[in-house]
Amino acid sequence: MTHSEIETIIERYGNKESAILAILQDVQAKEKYLPKEALEHIGEKLGIPINKIYRIATFYRAFSLMPRGKHEVCVCLGTACHVRGAQRIVDQIKIELGIRPGETTKDRNFTLETVNCLGVCAAGPVLAIDGEYFGKMSSAKVDGTLKKFRSDKKKEGANGKA
Amino acid sequence: MIPFIIDGQSVEGKEGAHILEVALDAGIEIPHLCYNESVKPYGACRLCLVEVTRKGRTRMTTSCNHPVMEGMEVFTKSEKVLRARRMIIELLLGMCPGDKLLQEMAADMGVYDVRFKKGEKDCILCGLCARVCDEVVGAHAIQFASRGDRREMVPPFGEEATNCIACGACVVACPVNVVGMKDEGDERTIVRWKRTLKMKQCKVCGNYFAPWFQLEKFREKAKLPKDFYDTCFTCRS
Amino acid sequence: MVRLSSPQELEKYRDQILSKRKPNQPLITVCGGTGCHASGCHAVVDAFRSVLQEKAKGNGIGLRVTGCHGFCERGPLVIIHPQKVFYQKVKPEDVPTIFQDTVLKGKVIESLLYEHPVTGEKVVSEEEVPFYQKQKRMILGNNGSIDPTQIEDYLAVGGYRALAKALFSMKPEEIIREVKKANLRGRGGGGFPAGLKWEQCRNAPDEIKYLICNADEGDPGAYMDRSLLEGNPHSVLEGMIIGAFAIGSHEGYIFVRHEYPLALENVGLGIQRARELGLLGKNILGSGFDFDIKISRGGGAFVAGESTALMATIEGNVGEPRAKHIHTVVSGLYDKPTNLNNVETWANVPVIINEGADWFGRIGTEGSKGTKIFSLVGKVNNTGLVEVPMGITLREIVYDIGGGIPEGKRFKAVQTGGPSGGCIPDSMIDLPVDFDRLTEVGSMMGSGGMIVMDEATCMVDVAKYFMNFLKDESCGKCTSCREGTKRMHEVLTEISEGRGKPEHITLLEELGWVTTEASLCALGGTASNPVLSTIKYFRQEYEEHILNKRCPAKVCRALLHYRILPDLCTSCGRCAKACPENAITGVQKKKKEKGEPFVIAQEKCIQCGMCFETCKFDAVEVQ
Repeated sequence: MTHSEIETIIERYGNKESAILAILQDVQAKEKYLPKEALEHIGEKLGIPINKIYRIATFYRAFSLMPRGKHEVCVCLGTACHVRGAQRIVDQIKIELGIRPGETTKDRNFTLETVNCLGVCAAGPVLAIDGEYFGKMSSAKVDGTLKKFRSDKKKEGANGKA
Repeated sequence: MIPFIIDGQSVEGKEGAHILEVALDAGIEIPHLCYNESVKPYGACRLCLVEVTRKGRTRMTTSCNHPVMEGMEVFTKSEKVLRARRMIIELLLGMCPGDKLLQEMAADMGVYDVRFKKGEKDCILCGLCARVCDEVVGAHAIQFASRGDRREMVPPFGEEATNCIACGACVVACPVNVVGMKDEGDERTIVRWKRTLKMKQCKVCGNYFAPWFQLEKFREKAKLPKDFYDTCFTCRS
Repeated sequence: MVRLSSPQELEKYRDQILSKRKPNQPLITVCGGTGCHASGCHAVVDAFRSVLQEKAKGNGIGLRVTGCHGFCERGPLVIIHPQKVFYQKVKPEDVPTIFQDTVLKGKVIESLLYEHPVTGEKVVSEEEVPFYQKQKRMILGNNGSIDPTQIEDYLAVGGYRALAKALFSMKPEEIIREVKKANLRGRGGGGFPAGLKWEQCRNAPDEIKYLICNADEGDPGAYMDRSLLEGNPHSVLEGMIIGAFAIGSHEGYIFVRHEYPLALENVGLGIQRARELGLLGKNILGSGFDFDIKISRGGGAFVAGESTALMATIEGNVGEPRAKHIHTVVSGLYDKPTNLNNVETWANVPVIINEGADWFGRIGTEGSKGTKIFSLVGKVNNTGLVEVPMGITLREIVYDIGGGIPEGKRFKAVQTGGPSGGCIPDSMIDLPVDFDRLTEVGSMMGSGGMIVMDEATCMVDVAKYFMNFLKDESCGKCTSCREGTKRMHEVLTEISEGRGKPEHITLLEELGWVTTEASLCALGGTASNPVLSTIKYFRQEYEEHILNKRCPAKVCRALLHYRILPDLCTSCGRCAKACPENAITGVQKKKKEKGEPFVIAQEKCIQCGMCFETCKFDAVEVQ
C-alpha cells in the first residue's frame, strides 16, 4: 500500500488520533491484512508510537497481521450453532485442510476462522465461505462444500489421503 | 485533606490520592505487585483488594486506584478480602512458579500449593515494564499484545524492540525478575526483548558505560553537543 | 429537497406520503432480514422483480423488501397485501404462481401456508400463526411493514411523531420523569433504570455531554439488536434524539460491531435521510435543538461492549474496561458526562413518549415493565426473534411460541443471558421471565439470548464452551478474570476428557467465586455463572463425567465409544472410506460376495463421529 493511499485514509477521518480503529479497518479491508510498513507510516503521521498501534492491531479480531487466504472459511461457533454440533464442523475442516482456526493453508487458498455468531441461528450449524452461507451443515457435508473453492482437484489434508 | 478510616484507624489523604498510597504511608500493609509510585496505578494484579463501605454500600475494590473519599471505611483484612487474596496469589504462582517474592507473599497468606498445571517461571502480566517505559522513560519500546489467555508483553511485531534504549528501567521495575540485562564486552542486552546494543567507551577511563543508541537519543532530545557523552558519568564528576 | 422545520410541516409531509398509499393497494413484501438472507430471500426478491417487470409494469403493484419478521426458521417469508396472506419457505420457483394466483386473483396457495405441526391446520394470515400469537410485537412489529432504507415508510407508520411531541410539548425534565415512571430498564444486559441514568447525566455539571447507542451485541446466539438496526433503524435514531434532548447532549455515537455490515449500512442511510429532512443535525424540526450522530465501528472484541471499554475504543485506545469509581454518567467519553444505552432500550423510548408511561406500565411485571425481544434458538422447533411481555413464562415461550423440542426429544434446560447468564433446568420451566426472577435463580436476562437445550446437550460441555469463549474474550488485565476463566476452562476440559477428579467441582466453585468477586468489570464479574449454574442444577452430570467417565448426553467425544453392530452392518464400506484415521477394516460387499461386517480398531479411533454420520443403516452405535 502506498504512502499516499494511507494518507488518503487518514485524511478521511480528519487526521484524528482517535480514529485509529477506523483507519486500521479501512487498511484491512483494502489489503486483507495490516502490513507492517503501513502501520509504521500511520504511526508516524498520527504521532502514535508503534507499540500502541501493535497493541490495538492484536487486540481486535477484525485485524490480521498475516496475509489471509483467497477464500475465508468461517464457522459459526455461536451458542445455538454449538448445541447443534458446530465444533464437529471445525474439527472436520481441520482434518480436511490441515489448518487450525486463524491459520491459512500453505497454498494461501483457505483461511479458517471461527466467529461467535453470524446471526443466522435458525439455519445452524452455519458455515460461511466468502460471505456465502451454507446452513444445516454436518461433518459429512464439509468436503462437498469446500470442493468448489479448492484450487485444484486433489484433496489437501493432514492425513495425506487423496 | 480528606479524612477516612482504614481498619478502624483514622487517616487522611490529599485530593487525588488513592487508598493504597495513604495506607502504606500510615504503615498499614496491603500486598501489591503491579503498583509502583513512579507510574499511574493500573489495577491488574488484584492483590491490593480491600472492602470499602460508603453511603451504606460495601464493595470489594482495588485500593491502588480507588480515590480517597470522605467518610469511607476501608477494611484491608476482612474474611472476604483474605479469601480473594489467597486465590489470587495461587493463580499468580500458577503463572510464575518458584518465584521467591511470590512464594513469600503466598506463605504469609497461608498458601503453599498450586492446584493447577504449572509451566516455567514467567511474566505475571503486571505491565510495570511497559508502563515505566511509556510514562517515565518515553521510549515506547514494548506493550501488551492480544487479549485473554493469549495476552503477552512483547515488542511490536514480536521482533527485536527497535525503540528500546536499553536503559534497564523495565529490568528494575519487574517484580519477578523475568526481563534480565546482560553486559558482555562492549554489548548490552535486554534479554526478554532480544535487544542488543553496542556500548560507548569512555575517552578517559576506557569503560563501556552506556549504549550508543541511548546516548544519541538523549543528546538529540536535549540538543547537546556531539562530544557531550564522550566522557562517562563517573569520570565527569 | 424537503426540509421539515416544524411539527406541522412534519404532519403535512406524513399526510402527503399516506395519501399516495391506498389501503387496498396490492403490495408484495419479502423479509430481507439476515436469517432469510441465509435461506435465499435475494433470489426470491429477484424473481418477483423480473415477474413484475415482465407482467405488471405500471400496474401499481408494489414490492417491498422489509426488515426481519422474526420467524427465521420459516424463511424466506412473503406476505401478500392487502389480504395479508402469509407464505413461508418460499422458493424462487414459487414466485410466478404466487403472482398469478394470489396477487392477481386473490387465490391462496395451500402448500406455502404455515401448517400447524400438531393439528395440521393451515393458517392464512400472520396473526394466526401460533408463533406470533403470544407475542407482543411493540418494538419489532413495524419491521414487517417498512423498507429500512426508506424513511417515508417509517413516517407512514407514525415515525418521528414522538420526537415532535418531546421537542415541542414536553420539557426535558418531563421526558425524564416519564421514562422513570415507565421504569424502562436497560435491555442490553444490565437492567439499570434508564430514567435514573438520564437524570444523573442531565444533572452532571458540564456543557458537553455525550450520548451513546451500544450496538456491539456480542452475546453468541443473540441477534435482536442486529435485526432492529437492519430492519428499523429510525426507531432507534428517534429514541436517541429524544434522549439527547432530555439530557442536554448535542453529540451522539452509535457503536456497531464490525460483523454487522448491513446494520452499518442501513443506520448510515437512516442518519443521512434524517439529516436531509431536518430530523437530525442543526435546529431539529425548527426547535432550536442541535444533535448529530456519528457511527463508530467495533473491531471485533466482546469486551468492547462493556461501557467503559466501548468508550475507550471510541477514544482510539484498546477496549480495556476501567474502574468505575466515578460513574460514566459523570465522567465517561473524553471524561465528559456520557449516557450509554442499548439499541432495544432506545427503540422503546418513542413508544413510551407516544403512549405514555401509564400505558407502558400496564405491560409486564412489577419490577420489569414493557416487552423484551429474545432470540429463541437452539433445540427448538420455531427458532427466531420473539418479542414478549415481561412476566410470560419460559414454558409459554418454549412450547407455545417455540413449538417445543424437535424430534420428540426431552427439554433439558434453557440458557439465558449469554456467557454472563446461566442454565435454567426444566424443573423451573414455569418461571416468569423478568429481570429479577432470572437473577434470583442464578442466571440473568442479559441481552436476550435464549438457547434451548435438550437431552442430547451436555451441560459440562456447555460450561466448557462458555469458558472457552470468555477466556478468549477477556481483555486479560485482571489476574482473577484472565487466569480464572483460563483455569476453569482447563478443569472443564480435564473433566470432559475423562481426567476429572472429585476435587474438581470444589476447585471450579472456588475459581468461580474469585473471578466474580475480584474482577474489575462485568465480564469477569459474571463469568462464573455458566459454570456455577450448571453445577447447581446438573451436579449429577458432572459426577457422571468425573466418577464414571461417562457423558450421558453423548457429546464429550473422549468419553464416547463407537462400535459397529455386526447384525446391522451391510458391509458397504462407506464408513471405512470416511474414516480419517484408517481405523475401520472389513470385507466390502461385492456383487456376488457377501462381504464381512466392518470393525473399528478402538486404539486408532479418534471419536470424530464421521462413521456414525456416514452410515446409512444406523449400524454405528455410540455409547
